[in-house]
Order: sequence, then structure tokens, then C-alpha cells
Amino acid sequence: MLEAIFMAAIRAGTPLLYATLGEIFAERSGVLNLGLEGLMLAGALMGFVVSHITSSAWLGVLGALLIGGVLSLVYAFLTITMRVNQVVAGLALTMLGAGLSGYYGQAFIGKTASQFSPIYIPFFSDIPFIGKVLFSHDPLVYLSYVLVPLSWFYIFKTRWGMNLRAVGEDPKTADTVGISVFKIRYLYVILGGMLTAVGGAYLSLAYTSMWIENMTAGRGWIAVALVIFSAWNPLRALLASYFFGGVASLQLRIQAMGVAISSHLLMMLPYALTIVVLSLISSEAMRKRIGAPTALMKPYSREERE
Amino acid sequence: MRRAVWLSILVLTLIACSIGGFSFAAQGKLKVGFVYVGPVGDAGWTYAHDQGRKYIETKFPNVETVYLESVPEGAESARAIEHLIAMGCKVIFTTSYGFMDSTIEVAKKYPDVVFMHCSGYKRAKNVGTYFGRMYEARFLSGIVAGMMTKSNKIGYVAAHPIPEVIRGINAFTLGVRKVNPKATVHVVWSNTWYDPATEKEAALSLIEAGCDVIAQHQDSPAPQQAAQEKGVYSIGYNSDMSAFAPKAHLTAPVWNWGIIYEYVIKSVLDGTWQSEDIWWGMNKGVVGLAPFGPMVSEEVKKEVEKYKELIVSGKFHPFGGPIVDQEGKIRVPEGKVATDKELLEMSYFVDGVVGKIPKK
Repeated sequence: MLEAIFMAAIRAGTPLLYATLGEIFAERSGVLNLGLEGLMLAGALMGFVVSHITSSAWLGVLGALLIGGVLSLVYAFLTITMRVNQVVAGLALTMLGAGLSGYYGQAFIGKTASQFSPIYIPFFSDIPFIGKVLFSHDPLVYLSYVLVPLSWFYIFKTRWGMNLRAVGEDPKTADTVGISVFKIRYLYVILGGMLTAVGGAYLSLAYTSMWIENMTAGRGWIAVALVIFSAWNPLRALLASYFFGGVASLQLRIQAMGVAISSHLLMMLPYALTIVVLSLISSEAMRKRIGAPTALMKPYSREERE
Repeated sequence: MRRAVWLSILVLTLIACSIGGFSFAAQGKLKVGFVYVGPVGDAGWTYAHDQGRKYIETKFPNVETVYLESVPEGAESARAIEHLIAMGCKVIFTTSYGFMDSTIEVAKKYPDVVFMHCSGYKRAKNVGTYFGRMYEARFLSGIVAGMMTKSNKIGYVAAHPIPEVIRGINAFTLGVRKVNPKATVHVVWSNTWYDPATEKEAALSLIEAGCDVIAQHQDSPAPQQAAQEKGVYSIGYNSDMSAFAPKAHLTAPVWNWGIIYEYVIKSVLDGTWQSEDIWWGMNKGVVGLAPFGPMVSEEVKKEVEKYKELIVSGKFHPFGGPIVDQEGKIRVPEGKVATDKELLEMSYFVDGVVGKIPKK
């Protein structure tokens, strides 16, 4: 029973984890991208379509990476070069992703595609309990196990990561020491969008194997909150994502066991927590304390002086 | 300045990309319009309505049909309805509960147009309502589940706690218990109509709890996929979902809306149409079961056939007394059947259901 709950937490947390990881990169560079929901939907559709046509789920992931990259390039152009308000542009990206995927996805509803299935890993999968919980998943979950520590190491322990953080903290200073603020922001907004789109593709290629309009059902918005939850740290993002996935799956299992507890109440928990966290960080002082990138949401221009 | 030009080019391109096409057919003699809440390919609710639309196109050569899909519920749907009228529709079917108020509102402005609203209760001189007695088919699918289960635990992935869903769960359970009094039906609420990942997880949680047949109420076939993966049986809903889970899918209670549509169109063409409340069942063929999967035995099919005939002939009612609720209270006494009002307002689980209805 406990095994099943932890397994489900990882399964349900993985799409959130990819999106959260992606957004951490974007926000670390100082760009808030609220379009995660749209990016996930586009990734879910593109991944499914490519997998449907080529019968290869991995090519599907490649397709998701591509569409995520293209859409975030548009977003980067709008917010970094055009310096459009990031909140407005993010909402627009969400609507664009939902609209486009709904429209072009109509022909693919009810179709089947090649999907990821659980892979047995010799030795690891045989460990009692842990083997079942951690190593009875599909390749995209394993990939996320690798990506999380790698991202953490990259952001906090490498020179490139330092440049990334510098741009998110103080773009002006970064610029004066020769770091290209624009290049870095473009790079990580696009990388973030690509990862987010893979989170969407996880829903249509691994979690379930189908495409249905609006199938992300709000997960992109949860990921936006999870970034703050995790204080822009990939390791904490893993915990936060699994926690959210765990609560959502736990409440279903509590019902299945026949325990009389309101499903509405349990279902509400993650969302209530989200609201609490979002209200907490709405104050400038609090954001500083938990380590928000100082230049988040502030467009950068060389000419302007403050 | 240059920035502004760039921006407007971009915005225009994006708008051009995202404008979806409305689908419509060519002009005809009697034009009939359909307003759908979902995409026609959802394999669920809207798909079933669209099958009905296609059916009347083949039945009446003088009728042309038009539809608008993925129309949001609420005030916005009024514009969709007016759009159909502007295109010359004389009969309009609005196929979701949430279109109720806008249907009534638009109907006031166009007294010459016939409106039919699905699953609502508000009527007017030119607005009728229609629905199907899905509980009859649910009862039959319960018989299949009750005879196919080995663990005597059957899972039901429930959508939202409204009377329609509760009625379905109860009818299903009564069917299960008719043939297998030892079996129980375990309910998990997903609180969604359409979230494949959550619905699949809900089905998995029921399978983990020992259920070996999974039934559902949502429009997505995700619970079917969960059953297939875990090697248990499943019962679909809305339309034949066997394509999504050929090894698991036993059958599905399905809609045949074409029968109601044919009746309405015929009465409009004859000039005999008047506003009424249509609530038809299996006797008219509006609801039924999808073809059985190969794993369903002859014995099961015979039992289903027996009850089908009894229901169709009116000799048996799934909600015929005594109906006892979870607490042991008698809700419908022996010798009586539940009235339509009782059916439409159902807010209790019958004996045999394991689970609670969330309080508002």
C-alpha cells in the first residue's frame, strides 16, 4: 500500500517536476514565464502526434522539445527583446498553447501512439521497497532522476550556472563584466520551455497514452507555484513535485480504501498550500529571504539608467 | 517605432494562427444546428451526439446539419446559438446542461425557431427538453460486472457528485447485486469530467484496492487504459471505448441520440412539433450497451438479454422497490418504483456501494 502511494507520487509528480525544473532555469535568468500551461499542452500534443506518426515515443519527446523551444523563442523575443510585460505575455502564451493544441489536436483524439512503459533496471529494481518505489517507472522518470542533480550542480557549482544566477540577480553588473544578458536569458527561457513541454509530453506518452484537449488540467499553474515552493532549487523542486503528486494520489487511495473523508477537502490541500505560498512571497522582503532572483520580471536594457 | 511594427506583425500572425475554423455544411432545405460543449472527437459525450447528427443526415435527404463544437458553457454560448440562427437554422439542439439559460434567452428572440435542450429542465413554447434513461443501460452493465468479477470488488471512477452520476452508480450497483449479492461497488470521486491523468490514477487506486472490474462516468477513456495495463476488466461509458482497451473492455452503456433527433425532426417537418420533455429509455433505443468483448460468456449475455427484455417491456424497473440505502433506510418501498422526480434528485447511495457522497 505504502509502496503504491509512493510510486503514484512519483508518477503524478513527474510532469510537474519537468515543468518546475524548466521554469527554475527561466526564472533564475530573471524571466518569469507564466505560459507553462500552454507550453505543456503544446508539448503533450506534439509529443503524441510525432509518436503517432513515427511509432517512436522518443521521437515524440524530441517533437515536444522542438515545439517547446519554438514557442519559448517567441516568448523570449516578446519579453526580452520587446520587453513586453511578462505577466501579460505569459497569459497570452497559455491561451495560445491551449488554443493551438485544441485546434490542431482534434484529428488526434482517439488515436493511439507508441508510449513509454516501465523499464526494469537490473539490481536497482530488485532492492526491496526502494526498488519498487523508485525503479519501476518509465524512462522519462529515470531521466528526471538524472536531470535534477545535474541541474542543481549546473546552477550552483559551475561557472555557467554562476553566470545564469548573476544575470537573474544583477544584470547590469553581469553585463559590465562581459556576460551577455540577452544571450543568457534567451538561452534559459528556451531551455525552460523545452523541459516544460516534455512535462506535457509525459502526460500523453507515459502517464496515459492519449491526446485529449486540455489534458494538462491546470498542472502548468501548479508548477508556477512549485518553483516558489522549491525556492528556485532543483533538489527542492523534486521534493515539492512529489509532495503535490503524492497528496493528489493519496486522496484517491484513501477513498478507494473506503475511509469516510471528504474528497473535496483532500483535493483542496495542494491548492490551499499554493495560495498560502503565493501570498507569502507577494511581499518583497519575503521574496528576498527565500532567495528569489532579484531581477525577476525586470526587463533589461543597456541604454536605460535607473 | 520599429518595435511597435514588429510587435503588431507578431500579434497579427499569432491571431491568424489561433483562429479556429467553424465547421459547417452546405445550404439545404431544413437547416438543423447543433451546439456541442466538447470536440466531436472526444470519444465521449459530444462524439455520441455527433453520431446522432450524422444519423439524421442519412435519414432525411431534405435536412442539412451544422454544428459548433467546443462551445463554452454559460453566457458565451448565446452567441454560438445566434450564429447558427444567422446561418439559417430552424431547429437547434443545445447538447449540454450549461447551455440551458442561454437557450431560453435566445429562444425568446426567435419564436419561429425550434429549440431542444439536452438534460435541462427549463422549457418554453418553442423550447423542449430531452434526455435518456441511461440508468437502464447502467443496470445492465452492472449485471455484466457482477458476473465477471472474481474478487467481488468492483471499482467505479465517479465524476462529480450530482444526481445524474449518483443515479448511474446506484443503477449499476443494483445490477451488480441482482446477480451477485456478495459483490460491492467501490466509488472514488475524481471530481473531474476530463482529466485523463487523475482519472487513470483513480482507476489504479481502485485496482490496487482489489477491484477487478472498473466502471467510469468521465468522458476520457483513461480508466479503461488503467484496466488494460493491470489486466483487469472495464466498463466504458458514452460510446464503445473498446479501441482504447481491447483486452479489458467488457461493454459500455452508450447513447443513441439519433433516435430522439429523428423523432424531433420528423415532427418539425410534419408541423406537429410542440414543446415537450422527452426522457426516453431502452424501449426506444436511446440508450443501450456497446458490443460485448470476446471475454464475455454466453451465460452473461443471456442474463443481460433477459433483463433487457424485462425493462423494455416495462415488467421490470431498475429502481423498483425495495430500494435500501447505505444506512439501511428504505427509500423505495416494495411494490413501488422510484418516481421520475426521485430519480432526478437522487442524493443517496444504495446498499452495496462503498464510498461517500461529498457534502456540499
